[in-house]
Amino acid sequence: MSDRSSLVAASASRLQPGPAGRKPRRMLSPRNIMLYGTLLVAAIYYLIPLYVMVVTSLKGMPEVRLGNIFSPPLEITFEPWVKAWSQACTGLNCDGLSRGFWNSVLITIPSTLISIAVASVNGYALANWRFKGSEVFFTILIVGAFIPYQVMIYPIVIVLRELGIYGTLTGLIIVHTIFGMPILTLLFRNYFAGLPEELFKAARIDGAGFWAIYLRIMAPMSLPIFVVAMILQITGIWNDFLFGVVFTRPEYYPMTVQLNNIVNSVQGVKEYNVNMAATILTGAVPLIVYFVSGRLFVRGIAAGAVKG
Amino acid sequence: MTNTSVSIKDLSLNFGAVSVLRNLNLDIRDGEFLVLLGSSGCGKSTLLNCIAGLLEISEGQIFIKDRNVTWEEPKDRGIGMVFQSYALYPQMSVEKNLSFGLKVAKLPQADIDKRIARAAEILQIQPLLKRKPAELSGGQRQRVAIGRALVRDVDVFLFDEPLSNLDAKLRSELRVEIKRLHQSLKNTMIYVTHDQIEAMTLADRIAIMKNGVIQQLDSPDTIYNAPRNLFVAGFIGSPSMNFLRGEVAASDTGPIFVSDTVRFSLDGYRAGEALQPGRKAVLGVRPEHIAVNGETAELHEAVVDIEEPMGADNLLWLKYAGQTISVRVNGARRFAPGAKVRLGFDPSLASLFDAETELRI
Repeated sequence: MSDRSSLVAASASRLQPGPAGRKPRRMLSPRNIMLYGTLLVAAIYYLIPLYVMVVTSLKGMPEVRLGNIFSPPLEITFEPWVKAWSQACTGLNCDGLSRGFWNSVLITIPSTLISIAVASVNGYALANWRFKGSEVFFTILIVGAFIPYQVMIYPIVIVLRELGIYGTLTGLIIVHTIFGMPILTLLFRNYFAGLPEELFKAARIDGAGFWAIYLRIMAPMSLPIFVVAMILQITGIWNDFLFGVVFTRPEYYPMTVQLNNIVNSVQGVKEYNVNMAATILTGAVPLIVYFVSGRLFVRGIAAGAVKG
Repeated sequence: MTNTSVSIKDLSLNFGAVSVLRNLNLDIRDGEFLVLLGSSGCGKSTLLNCIAGLLEISEGQIFIKDRNVTWEEPKDRGIGMVFQSYALYPQMSVEKNLSFGLKVAKLPQADIDKRIARAAEILQIQPLLKRKPAELSGGQRQRVAIGRALVRDVDVFLFDEPLSNLDAKLRSELRVEIKRLHQSLKNTMIYVTHDQIEAMTLADRIAIMKNGVIQQLDSPDTIYNAPRNLFVAGFIGSPSMNFLRGEVAASDTGPIFVSDTVRFSLDGYRAGEALQPGRKAVLGVRPEHIAVNGETAELHEAVVDIEEPMGADNLLWLKYAGQTISVRVNGARRFAPGAKVRLGFDPSLASLFDAETELRI
């Protein structure tokens, strides 16, 4: 016993008086106050509108009319949510947002899948199978990303009309797929170009061809970038308003267009609580997608720093 | 022709206007271990990629086993390749990595299993078969990468700086293993490296490259002791060969080498051509071929500048004839900086180069 205590004493006494070990940090340093203060202000700035929306959507109309937009609801009611989903009127239809929701699902899922499938193969070909003129092709594709959509709307309307698919869901899906192409191809090309080239060479020596290398080597290695592309496409297409209103007929209107029609309908009283509920419902899908896959998203965006 | 494994005829490769390989000819014997050695950018890896079929050549032909493979796909050339970064498929287990090529080639499963078992036994990676590459150490990964070439049952192995990503200890261990592998398999191996130790220890013949041209193709021994030109002489050996500039002169005792400050007898130097007096020349002597305070006919005074003891031997940097030269002596012999020493050397071990053409005389 005395042995041990003398050992401890000896090791303790080796330290000189003064700073030792980890430097203590104060929680309330000017640096921390500045840092957390800024973060807090930014968070409040972005969250207040959301708060107002949620609070308002849970109030009845009499309470909304009082005008205390920041006060929490005295009596919580889900009536506005039900109404927004299944009863709100747009023009002649009074079946709420539900129809728009299913239209949006029908538009978003195929558009996302097709555009990612095509763009990933594009990117793979451009990164790994350099062909004569591939750089020129790539440049042209990228230029496409910088042309404002509005310029192309009229020509596309004509093209779709000639193809006989103007106003159909198919037409809109094709449009979304095409407009997703430049940015997605860029994304995939850069990701595949960042994968070690020797892997591609090894696969070629192993005898794998264009598709075998893509399907069995490249794609399974690239989950993060597929998730990034998926999030970009789902949010982009879900939130799209312009193409939805231009290229479809009212029975195929996506959720965003229907939301607009509900909020802007001029008949009767403005039901702010219903409008708020409808808006949150419309925004919920991209939000959920982001929360579910946000971590992968960040990883994919920072993929350059991640070793394969 | 029958004992030629790989034959490269008049191969050129241009990237646009840039010529990377020029008119290259190379015949590699069956079962030979050939090392392509050179500093980065000399075209050695490019040449290997051309042999593998991963790069399309601009001119010339490539034969493997007397078959013209110039236009063949990599998989049809009968080659296996090992890369510096291992290039293992990260999402597949070791076993899947080994079997991928065989599955693509649609071999029967029993055959695949047999080949994997054999490769795993040779490389002693049986316990690793179920693991993913990320769970392996660098040395294990490179072993798996070699295994992937092994299962393909090919005539020619291509190694692209396979040991450069490993630490020093593992590197020397795997170096020995690769040599052992070659001795037991007796396949043709082409090995690219910038490490002259690897080249010297592994090669049957070394091809030293510079700017896309082979400078010398010879056994390691010949390259070390009789470098064909000044570049090869300076490239091989660490520390590098000492060079003195001067000219050949005649004397009563035979040809001598003279500069402003020194005179060396060239008696005993095996010149490939006549040593004409007045010819401008560069004399090259390896650090270990200079005797310090020894008994030699000619004695030259030098001053010790720096001493670098390395254990087994001791490297001296000396001030001599207005320049710094390096001398390797036994590790037990120590010298204080500033000490005066006498140098002697054996002309038969020296190299003499023409000052203009830089070729060996």
